[in-house]
Amino acid sequence: MSHTAHHFFELLGLPQQFSIDLVVLQRNYRKIQAEVHPDKFVTATPSERLQSMQTATLMNEAYQTLKHPTSRARYLLQLQGIETLEDSNTAMPADFLMTQMEWREAMEDAQHAHDIDALEDLLRTMKASAKALQEEFADTVSGDPQAAAHLVRKLSFIDKVSADVQEIISRLED
Amino acid sequence: MALLQISEPGMSAAPHQHRLAVGIDLGTTNSLVATVRSGMSTVLQDEHGHSLLPSVVRYLSENEIVVGHEAQAQQSKDPVNTIVSAKRFMGRSLQDIADRAHIPYRFVAGDGVQSMLQIETRAGLKSPVEISAEILKTLKLRAEKALGGELVGAVITVPAYFDDAQRQATKDAARLAGLNVLRLLNEPTAAAVAYGLDNASEGIYVIYDLGGGTFDISILRLSKGVFEVLATNGDSALGGDDFDHRIYCWVLDQVRASQQHFNPLNEEDTRLLLTKARQAKEWLTDNHEAQILCKLSDGSLVDVTLTVDKFLELTQNLVTKTLSPTRKAMRDAGLDIEAINGVVLVGGATRMPHIRHAVENYFKQEPLSNLDPDKVVALGAAIQANVLAGNRSDDELLLLDVTPLSLGLETMGGLVEKVIPRNSTLPIARAQEFTTFKDGQTAMSIHVVQGERELVSDCRSLARFELRGIPPMVAGSARIRVTFQIDADGLLSVSAREQTSGVEANVVVKPSYGLSEDTITGMLQSSFSAAESDKQARALREATVDAERLIEAIQVALTQDGAQLLSQEEQKTIQLQIQALQALNQGKDSHAIHQATEALNHATEAFAARRMDASVKQALAGQDVNTLEL
Repeated sequence: MSHTAHHFFELLGLPQQFSIDLVVLQRNYRKIQAEVHPDKFVTATPSERLQSMQTATLMNEAYQTLKHPTSRARYLLQLQGIETLEDSNTAMPADFLMTQMEWREAMEDAQHAHDIDALEDLLRTMKASAKALQEEFADTVSGDPQAAAHLVRKLSFIDKVSADVQEIISRLED
Repeated sequence: MALLQISEPGMSAAPHQHRLAVGIDLGTTNSLVATVRSGMSTVLQDEHGHSLLPSVVRYLSENEIVVGHEAQAQQSKDPVNTIVSAKRFMGRSLQDIADRAHIPYRFVAGDGVQSMLQIETRAGLKSPVEISAEILKTLKLRAEKALGGELVGAVITVPAYFDDAQRQATKDAARLAGLNVLRLLNEPTAAAVAYGLDNASEGIYVIYDLGGGTFDISILRLSKGVFEVLATNGDSALGGDDFDHRIYCWVLDQVRASQQHFNPLNEEDTRLLLTKARQAKEWLTDNHEAQILCKLSDGSLVDVTLTVDKFLELTQNLVTKTLSPTRKAMRDAGLDIEAINGVVLVGGATRMPHIRHAVENYFKQEPLSNLDPDKVVALGAAIQANVLAGNRSDDELLLLDVTPLSLGLETMGGLVEKVIPRNSTLPIARAQEFTTFKDGQTAMSIHVVQGERELVSDCRSLARFELRGIPPMVAGSARIRVTFQIDADGLLSVSAREQTSGVEANVVVKPSYGLSEDTITGMLQSSFSAAESDKQARALREATVDAERLIEAIQVALTQDGAQLLSQEEQKTIQLQIQALQALNQGKDSHAIHQATEALNHATEAFAARRMDASVKQALAGQDVNTLEL
């Protein structure tokens, strides 16, 4: 594809907002891949094969970004020129940090006790917290983008602990 | 089941020429070739009616090579020159082969510590790529005889859990065999295509694929001709061979315990006992005990009886070993067992009853095996080959596959930084920025690894490359953007650019395990006649075919979209270049043809980009209503 300013929402035929219909997202993604995927261009010219790979790659990136709430939120802010700076801005309110510590402790306790059920419970708890933050984000993003950026940083925190818990579960299962 | 296409008398069955394309299952134990004829995927047989070609290559002399049943029959007599299971060594170094003491080959390490191993035969040193190429050549010949023409190309299947080195080695083998690779397709995905289309399945399916030497588990969502891989996992060094090996070790223990003087086994005895072990394993699928009876080269007799219970005891932990990747794949897909609509068994090793039971216990449902587990991969590959070659006009088939292993870079202290996570949908690209460490630094080296572990030493080294030609700057001010692209075959390529100056850095990729381009070219040349005129004739033929293919593809595109997307002037420019190339194509100057082909391709770049934009817009045309509904 030519490098005109396509953004991911536009590419996938969705309104530029946090609440999107995931069914429409998937359906549109598949419709586009059915047209641009490298499998459709095996006998085409080298130029078209390259275009196909680049476009299919772009569509995969767009789809993955919009599919996951945290990356979708981060991307929405980027479109408004706001970077979420998760790596450098790690300041968090005390109560959020307390919860983090409690989760980490629960994770370590369950790990030592080889308690997979407790880890699964922890994942559910974190998922509920993330859901609440996502709802808050949807209400905040247009009015107060800086506050919304802070919510993305919180969501990233939760994603990271969740990934660690998943990793521990898969190691315990071995 | 697809209907037979019967054309009216005097009418051609297809609006355009049917392109001959095949699917090849290059297996550890057996290989197959299949094609789609009259809308049905069919495995092609040899002149004796065999569908399966044993993946066995015997070197009789420098120029005489036999492949398949004939080679297999002689493997105990000539074990050193008869290579079985070469797939296990693809893209592997000597140190990767843990049980090499029990394999009767004369292994030779590659040039570097990490280079691919070679095997010494009476025909000289052979790389696993060359050995596999012999199998592919045999299948290519079989297909061309059966179909009566030259193949446009082939889809070749690989285990989903194959890494970049193993995939590249497979592609190299195809090239050596003179095959045009349309796509490397993951074996479980191929099986899902054959199974899904045959049964008109919708929903979430698990493919449990235990072959001769590899294990894959893939979880797919099937919906209206779209096969989307949600997660894949596996073990590229676990298969039916390991079950044989357990029996073999047990037999040795029995014999040692019963005989006072037990001579160490020679290569012939090792191969004989491994063959007997495989036969016992197969016998135990339908029987309660198997007798293992044979005479060793020193005249001593081996006579032991293996019961089913003992066999289960010996191999239970191999079965358990397949469940760990299964759990990981389920976790990566984010699915519970209740969400699975069906579990399909693939690979000859899944005939073992205790495998079936283990799968049934885990998924709490009876696994499906209504398609021959030995053939289903080749059948699926043939369907994909038929679509890729452009023979299906109603091409509703779309395969969205993933990369099985995370791609990472070495950072300080031998740690891995993940760049592309496992189970990312292909094709995928990620860019990473690097900067210089010292003032005036003009080069840096980057180490790419594949695997899930945190330490570089626990992952597989894919490539080390150097970025050169970085403009000298103060430390930390250069911005080098390196892009890692994994294509639809699961193969990696790397490009780099210095951002502040715009200098395209020169990337030299040194594959850690693969063969270099020079080695491949050397092998290709030695496989053809050395006569100079032959080489020139071949080069000319290749150039002419390339040119014709390009012209045909462009003309198709011009007919479809030329008037809409190009100005009169632009169309004329392309037409003139086509005419120029057509004129050159009548001559004998392969270099000039090659250059004109590249120039013509270059001239259509903008057209290709506009066509792609139009395709994207077309895909979502009439979608406004849906978006308004939100």
